[in-house]
Amino acid sequence: MRRLSVIALALAFVALLIGAMLELGPAAVDLRGPVAAHLVQSGVSHTVTAVLLNYRGYDTLLEIAVLLLALLAILAALGDMPDSPTRAAHPVLQTLARLAAPLMIVVAVYLLWAGAFRPGGAFQAGAVLAAAGVLLHLVGLIPGWSLPRLRLRIGLAAGFVVFLTVAALLLMQGALLKYPPDMAGGLILLIESGLTISLALILAGLFLFLSQEEGGS
Amino acid sequence: MTTGLLFALTGAALFALGVAGVVLIDNLLRRILAFNLMGSGAFLVMVGLAQRNDVADPVPQAMVLTGIVVAVAATALALALVRRLHALTGKLELPEESDRD
Repeated sequence: MRRLSVIALALAFVALLIGAMLELGPAAVDLRGPVAAHLVQSGVSHTVTAVLLNYRGYDTLLEIAVLLLALLAILAALGDMPDSPTRAAHPVLQTLARLAAPLMIVVAVYLLWAGAFRPGGAFQAGAVLAAAGVLLHLVGLIPGWSLPRLRLRIGLAAGFVVFLTVAALLLMQGALLKYPPDMAGGLILLIESGLTISLALILAGLFLFLSQEEGGS
Repeated sequence: MTTGLLFALTGAALFALGVAGVVLIDNLLRRILAFNLMGSGAFLVMVGLAQRNDVADPVPQAMVLTGIVVAVAATALALALVRRLHALTGKLELPEESDRD
Protein backbone atom coordinates (compact mmCIF):
# COMPACT_ATOMS: atom_id res chain seq x y z
CA MET A 1 0.00 0.00 0.00
CA ARG A 2 2.76 2.40 1.05
CA ARG A 3 4.77 1.26 -1.91
CA LEU A 4 1.96 1.96 -4.35
CA SER A 5 1.21 5.39 -2.92
CA VAL A 6 4.89 6.42 -3.07
CA ILE A 7 5.17 5.26 -6.68
CA ALA A 8 1.93 7.06 -7.60
CA LEU A 9 3.16 10.26 -5.94
CA ALA A 10 6.51 10.02 -7.73
CA LEU A 11 4.79 9.53 -11.08
CA ALA A 12 2.49 12.49 -10.42
CA PHE A 13 5.53 14.60 -9.51
CA VAL A 14 7.29 13.65 -12.76
CA ALA A 15 4.19 14.46 -14.81
CA LEU A 16 3.83 17.84 -13.08
CA LEU A 17 7.51 18.70 -13.50
CA ILE A 18 7.60 17.67 -17.16
CA GLY A 19 4.46 19.71 -17.81
CA ALA A 20 6.05 22.74 -16.14
CA MET A 21 9.28 22.34 -18.11
CA LEU A 22 7.46 22.10 -21.45
CA GLU A 23 5.60 25.34 -20.66
CA LEU A 24 8.73 27.16 -19.48
CA GLY A 25 9.31 30.55 -21.08
CA PRO A 26 12.71 32.04 -21.90
CA ALA A 27 15.12 32.43 -18.99
CA ALA A 28 14.50 35.53 -16.86
CA VAL A 29 18.23 36.02 -16.28
CA ASP A 30 20.75 35.44 -19.04
CA LEU A 31 24.30 35.45 -17.69
CA ARG A 32 26.04 34.53 -20.94
CA GLY A 33 26.46 38.16 -21.96
CA PRO A 34 28.04 39.41 -18.71
CA VAL A 35 30.28 36.31 -18.51
CA ALA A 36 31.57 36.85 -22.04
CA ALA A 37 31.94 40.63 -21.54
CA HIS A 38 34.32 40.29 -18.57
CA LEU A 39 36.25 37.26 -19.85
CA VAL A 40 39.23 39.44 -20.85
CA GLN A 41 39.74 40.62 -17.27
CA SER A 42 39.21 37.19 -15.70
CA GLY A 43 42.71 35.87 -16.44
CA VAL A 44 41.50 32.76 -18.28
CA SER A 45 39.84 32.30 -21.64
CA HIS A 46 37.45 29.44 -20.83
CA THR A 47 34.10 30.57 -19.47
CA VAL A 48 33.46 27.71 -17.00
CA THR A 49 36.91 28.14 -15.42
CA ALA A 50 36.31 31.90 -15.25
CA VAL A 51 33.03 31.34 -13.40
CA LEU A 52 34.50 28.69 -11.08
CA LEU A 53 37.66 30.50 -10.01
CA ASN A 54 37.00 34.16 -10.65
CA TYR A 55 33.37 35.32 -10.75
CA ARG A 56 32.16 32.83 -8.17
CA GLY A 57 35.46 31.89 -6.56
CA TYR A 58 33.92 31.69 -3.09
CA ASP A 59 31.78 28.74 -4.23
CA THR A 60 34.95 26.84 -5.08
CA LEU A 61 36.57 27.94 -1.83
CA LEU A 62 33.65 26.55 0.15
CA GLU A 63 33.62 23.43 -2.03
CA ILE A 64 37.18 22.46 -1.14
CA ALA A 65 36.32 23.23 2.49
CA VAL A 66 33.36 20.83 2.29
CA LEU A 67 35.59 18.12 0.81
CA LEU A 68 38.16 18.56 3.56
CA LEU A 69 35.39 18.50 6.18
CA ALA A 70 33.95 15.28 4.73
CA LEU A 71 37.37 13.64 4.88
CA LEU A 72 37.85 14.77 8.49
CA ALA A 73 34.44 13.36 9.41
CA ILE A 74 35.34 10.06 7.73
CA LEU A 75 38.62 9.92 9.66
CA ALA A 76 36.67 10.56 12.86
CA ALA A 77 34.23 7.75 12.06
CA LEU A 78 36.95 5.26 11.15
CA GLY A 79 37.78 3.99 14.58
CA ASP A 80 40.93 1.95 15.15
CA MET A 81 42.12 0.08 12.13
CA PRO A 82 44.81 -2.54 12.08
CA ASP A 83 47.18 -2.32 9.13
CA SER A 84 45.84 -4.87 6.72
CA PRO A 85 48.30 -6.57 4.41
CA THR A 86 47.90 -5.62 0.77
CA ARG A 87 47.12 -8.48 -1.56
CA ALA A 88 49.27 -8.44 -4.68
CA ALA A 89 47.26 -8.71 -7.89
CA HIS A 90 48.18 -10.65 -11.00
CA PRO A 91 51.57 -9.53 -12.47
CA VAL A 92 49.92 -8.51 -15.75
CA LEU A 93 47.58 -6.14 -13.89
CA GLN A 94 50.52 -4.76 -11.91
CA THR A 95 52.53 -4.10 -15.05
CA LEU A 96 49.56 -2.41 -16.72
CA ALA A 97 49.04 -0.22 -13.66
CA ARG A 98 52.75 0.67 -13.63
CA LEU A 99 52.43 1.73 -17.27
CA ALA A 100 49.15 3.62 -16.77
CA ALA A 101 50.09 5.59 -13.65
CA PRO A 102 52.78 7.85 -15.22
CA LEU A 103 50.50 8.49 -18.20
CA MET A 104 47.70 9.49 -15.83
CA ILE A 105 50.04 11.96 -14.13
CA VAL A 106 50.88 13.50 -17.51
CA VAL A 107 47.17 13.70 -18.37
CA ALA A 108 46.46 15.37 -15.01
CA VAL A 109 49.12 18.05 -15.60
CA TYR A 110 47.75 18.63 -19.09
CA LEU A 111 44.17 18.94 -17.77
CA LEU A 112 45.32 21.44 -15.14
CA TRP A 113 47.07 23.56 -17.77
CA ALA A 114 44.28 23.23 -20.36
CA GLY A 115 41.68 24.46 -17.84
CA ALA A 116 42.63 28.05 -18.66
CA PHE A 117 41.44 27.89 -22.25
CA ARG A 118 39.36 24.73 -22.80
CA PRO A 119 37.40 22.16 -20.74
CA GLY A 120 39.63 20.91 -17.95
CA GLY A 121 40.90 22.32 -14.69
CA ALA A 122 41.82 21.44 -11.12
CA PHE A 123 38.90 19.14 -10.37
CA GLN A 124 39.31 17.00 -13.44
CA ALA A 125 43.09 16.84 -12.91
CA GLY A 126 42.65 15.92 -9.25
CA ALA A 127 40.16 13.20 -10.14
CA VAL A 128 42.59 11.64 -12.65
CA LEU A 129 45.44 11.70 -10.09
CA ALA A 130 43.17 10.17 -7.44
CA ALA A 131 42.13 7.47 -9.90
CA ALA A 132 45.83 6.67 -10.46
CA GLY A 133 46.26 6.28 -6.69
CA VAL A 134 43.22 4.03 -6.40
CA LEU A 135 44.42 1.94 -9.36
CA LEU A 136 47.84 1.45 -7.77
CA HIS A 137 46.18 0.44 -4.51
CA LEU A 138 43.83 -2.03 -6.19
CA VAL A 139 46.72 -3.93 -7.78
CA GLY A 140 48.56 -3.98 -4.46
CA LEU A 141 51.40 -1.56 -5.27
CA ILE A 142 50.59 0.96 -2.55
CA PRO A 143 49.01 0.10 0.81
CA GLY A 144 45.76 1.57 2.13
CA TRP A 145 46.19 4.61 4.35
CA SER A 146 45.84 4.60 8.10
CA LEU A 147 45.70 7.83 10.15
CA PRO A 148 47.59 10.55 8.23
CA ARG A 149 50.99 11.81 9.34
CA LEU A 150 52.11 15.44 9.14
CA ARG A 151 53.23 15.37 5.50
CA LEU A 152 49.95 13.90 4.28
CA ARG A 153 47.98 16.33 6.46
CA ILE A 154 49.83 19.28 4.88
CA GLY A 155 49.06 17.89 1.42
CA LEU A 156 45.38 17.39 2.24
CA ALA A 157 44.99 20.94 3.53
CA ALA A 158 47.32 22.69 1.04
CA GLY A 159 44.69 23.55 -1.57
CA PHE A 160 42.31 25.06 0.96
CA VAL A 161 45.11 26.95 2.74
CA VAL A 162 46.53 28.39 -0.51
CA PHE A 163 43.06 29.43 -1.65
CA LEU A 164 42.24 30.96 1.75
CA THR A 165 45.57 32.83 1.87
CA VAL A 166 44.98 34.35 -1.56
CA ALA A 167 41.42 35.27 -0.55
CA ALA A 168 42.60 36.88 2.70
CA LEU A 169 45.38 38.87 0.98
CA LEU A 170 42.90 40.11 -1.62
CA LEU A 171 40.46 41.00 1.14
CA MET A 172 43.05 43.45 2.46
CA GLN A 173 43.22 45.01 -1.02
CA GLY A 174 39.47 45.53 -1.15
CA ALA A 175 37.05 42.71 -1.87
CA LEU A 176 37.13 38.95 -1.28
CA LEU A 177 38.59 37.09 -4.28
CA LYS A 178 38.56 40.15 -6.55
CA TYR A 179 41.76 39.54 -8.51
CA PRO A 180 43.62 42.45 -10.09
CA PRO A 181 43.20 41.78 -13.86
CA ASP A 182 46.94 41.67 -14.62
CA MET A 183 47.62 39.09 -11.86
CA ALA A 184 44.43 37.06 -12.27
CA GLY A 185 45.90 34.42 -14.61
CA GLY A 186 48.86 33.68 -12.32
CA LEU A 187 46.75 33.63 -9.16
CA ILE A 188 44.22 31.26 -10.72
CA LEU A 189 47.01 28.92 -11.84
CA LEU A 190 48.51 29.01 -8.32
CA ILE A 191 45.15 28.24 -6.71
CA GLU A 192 44.39 25.52 -9.22
CA SER A 193 47.76 23.84 -8.67
CA GLY A 194 47.16 23.75 -4.92
CA LEU A 195 43.61 22.52 -5.47
CA THR A 196 44.80 19.74 -7.79
CA ILE A 197 47.23 18.31 -5.21
CA SER A 198 44.75 18.51 -2.35
CA LEU A 199 41.84 17.20 -4.39
CA ALA A 200 43.88 14.25 -5.60
CA LEU A 201 44.90 13.39 -2.03
CA ILE A 202 41.41 13.93 -0.63
CA LEU A 203 39.62 11.93 -3.33
CA ALA A 204 42.20 9.15 -3.13
CA GLY A 205 41.92 9.33 0.66
CA LEU A 206 38.15 8.85 0.51
CA PHE A 207 38.95 5.45 -1.01
CA LEU A 208 42.28 4.55 0.62
CA PHE A 209 41.31 5.39 4.21
CA LEU A 210 38.12 3.35 3.81
CA SER A 211 39.86 0.40 2.17
CA GLN A 212 41.39 -0.83 5.42
CA GLU A 213 39.81 -3.95 6.85
CA GLU A 214 37.19 -3.06 9.42
CA GLY A 215 38.59 -4.04 12.80
CA GLY A 216 35.29 -4.01 14.69
CA SER A 217 35.04 -2.13 17.95
CA MET B 1 12.14 19.85 -28.49
CA THR B 2 15.84 20.55 -28.10
CA THR B 3 18.45 18.15 -26.73
CA GLY B 4 18.83 20.29 -23.62
CA LEU B 5 15.13 20.03 -22.80
CA LEU B 6 15.29 16.25 -23.31
CA PHE B 7 18.14 16.10 -20.78
CA ALA B 8 16.08 18.13 -18.31
CA LEU B 9 13.03 15.86 -18.71
CA THR B 10 15.20 12.77 -18.20
CA GLY B 11 16.66 14.46 -15.13
CA ALA B 12 13.17 15.00 -13.69
CA ALA B 13 12.36 11.30 -14.16
CA LEU B 14 15.68 10.24 -12.57
CA PHE B 15 15.05 12.56 -9.62
CA ALA B 16 11.61 11.06 -8.94
CA LEU B 17 13.06 7.54 -9.32
CA GLY B 18 15.69 8.47 -6.74
CA VAL B 19 13.13 9.92 -4.32
CA ALA B 20 11.02 6.76 -4.54
CA GLY B 21 14.17 4.69 -3.95
CA VAL B 22 15.20 6.68 -0.88
CA VAL B 23 11.72 6.29 0.62
CA LEU B 24 11.12 2.63 -0.26
CA ILE B 25 14.49 0.89 0.00
CA ASP B 26 15.72 -0.23 3.42
CA ASN B 27 19.18 -1.49 2.43
CA LEU B 28 21.43 1.49 3.12
CA LEU B 29 23.88 0.87 0.27
CA ARG B 30 21.05 0.87 -2.24
CA ARG B 31 19.51 3.88 -0.53
CA ILE B 32 22.79 5.78 -1.01
CA LEU B 33 22.71 4.80 -4.68
CA ALA B 34 19.14 6.11 -4.92
CA PHE B 35 20.26 9.33 -3.23
CA ASN B 36 22.99 9.73 -5.85
CA LEU B 37 20.38 9.14 -8.55
CA MET B 38 18.39 12.07 -7.11
CA GLY B 39 21.50 14.24 -7.28
CA SER B 40 22.29 13.24 -10.85
CA GLY B 41 18.70 14.00 -11.83
CA ALA B 42 18.90 17.47 -10.29
CA PHE B 43 22.22 18.15 -12.09
CA LEU B 44 20.72 17.03 -15.41
CA VAL B 45 17.75 19.35 -14.90
CA MET B 46 20.03 22.31 -14.17
CA VAL B 47 22.39 21.74 -17.10
CA GLY B 48 19.61 20.71 -19.47
CA LEU B 49 17.33 23.66 -18.76
CA ALA B 50 20.23 26.09 -19.03
CA GLN B 51 20.94 24.98 -22.59
CA ARG B 52 17.40 24.32 -23.78
CA ASN B 53 17.85 27.06 -26.38
CA ASP B 54 20.94 25.24 -27.67
CA VAL B 55 23.53 27.73 -26.37
CA ALA B 56 25.07 26.60 -23.08
CA ASP B 57 25.21 29.02 -20.13
CA PRO B 58 28.54 28.55 -18.29
CA VAL B 59 27.21 29.58 -14.85
CA PRO B 60 24.91 26.57 -14.25
CA GLN B 61 27.65 24.31 -15.64
CA ALA B 62 30.11 25.62 -13.07
CA MET B 63 27.49 25.25 -10.31
CA VAL B 64 26.85 21.63 -11.32
CA LEU B 65 30.60 20.92 -11.38
CA THR B 66 30.76 22.18 -7.79
CA GLY B 67 27.69 20.14 -6.91
CA ILE B 68 29.15 16.92 -8.31
CA VAL B 69 32.26 17.23 -6.15
CA VAL B 70 30.18 17.93 -3.03
CA ALA B 71 27.95 14.93 -3.89
CA VAL B 72 31.05 12.71 -4.08
CA ALA B 73 32.15 13.92 -0.64
CA ALA B 74 28.68 13.35 0.83
CA THR B 75 28.52 9.85 -0.69
CA ALA B 76 31.90 8.92 0.76
CA LEU B 77 30.83 10.18 4.19
CA ALA B 78 27.58 8.19 3.96
CA LEU B 79 29.51 5.04 2.97
CA ALA B 80 31.90 5.51 5.90
CA LEU B 81 28.96 5.81 8.31
CA VAL B 82 27.27 2.72 6.82
CA ARG B 83 30.51 0.78 7.20
CA ARG B 84 30.76 1.85 10.82
CA LEU B 85 27.15 0.77 11.37
CA HIS B 86 27.94 -2.59 9.77
CA ALA B 87 30.97 -3.04 12.01
CA LEU B 88 28.98 -2.20 15.14
CA THR B 89 25.72 -4.03 14.47
CA GLY B 90 26.40 -6.36 11.53
CA LYS B 91 23.40 -4.89 9.71
CA LEU B 92 23.06 -2.74 6.60
CA GLU B 93 19.67 -1.35 7.65
CA LEU B 94 18.60 1.26 10.14
CA PRO B 95 16.74 -0.14 13.18
CA GLU B 96 12.95 -0.17 12.85
CA GLU B 97 10.87 2.22 14.97
CA SER B 98 9.58 -0.71 17.04
CA ASP B 99 13.12 -1.97 17.80
CA ARG B 100 14.02 1.14 19.75
CA ASP B 101 13.16 1.36 23.39
